[in-house]
Amino acid sequence: MLVNQFLFLAALLFCIGVYGVIARKNAVLVLMSIELILNAVNLNFVAFALRNGNADGHTFALYIIAIAAAEVGVGLGLVLLIFRNRRTISLDDLSEMKG
Amino acid sequence: MVAQNIGFAIIAALMVIGAIRVVTTSNVVHAALWLVVVLAGAAAQYILLAAEFVAITQVLVYIGAVMVLFLFGTMLTRSRIGRDSGLNNSYAKLGIPVAIVLFATMALALSRSFGTEKLPTDGSLVSTQQISDQIFGPYLLPFWALSFVLLAAVIGAIVLARKD
Repeated sequence: MLVNQFLFLAALLFCIGVYGVIARKNAVLVLMSIELILNAVNLNFVAFALRNGNADGHTFALYIIAIAAAEVGVGLGLVLLIFRNRRTISLDDLSEMKG
Repeated sequence: MVAQNIGFAIIAALMVIGAIRVVTTSNVVHAALWLVVVLAGAAAQYILLAAEFVAITQVLVYIGAVMVLFLFGTMLTRSRIGRDSGLNNSYAKLGIPVAIVLFATMALALSRSFGTEKLPTDGSLVSTQQISDQIFGPYLLPFWALSFVLLAAVIGAIVLARKD
């Protein structure tokens, strides 16, 4: 196995996630795209852990999984709150901060 | 060696198809289910990379917990369960060139830096004991910080989602 095959897969997943963040309007789908990005990063960490033969990559991958879980919890809480106040989670409609 | 590469190719193809469906499908529940394919594929890749503990954590936390959160979020925000045409921005097509340019840049950098370097196949695998030695040794302080982040996230989610 080459190092690069995993890194290319991760890069592709990252780019698809970036496209999702740009293109999607529904807040839940934007959070899903962010999960794609975080998974791409994790794949890189684990691939480099095997390449370098130490456990640092695994440790960081585990920390990122925990942070991602916390992020989704708070993110969906925010989305629920916005939905309750505005009856919509379309990100295009949330423009009060626009100057 | 060949069997590993075939396994990698099949799982990678499934992951890429799943990821593309996540960002293009017009049904929120289908997007969540395609995300399960991507996350399970990532767990399988971790097994290929000899990271069993990370793979199991991925299955438990992502497929077990995060996906349930997403499905609840879909349900509670009353997104349309069926097809929904209003999921994309008006400028969604702008994302395609951005993603392509980003991937081209990263592909160029990766192929220049790593070329055809192979992953080591001899010994030197990371054991779960080594991971725990790392977490409770040099990385103890970030572990504490992480515990507080999780606590704050749990309390924050309750405060945000509570009705009053």
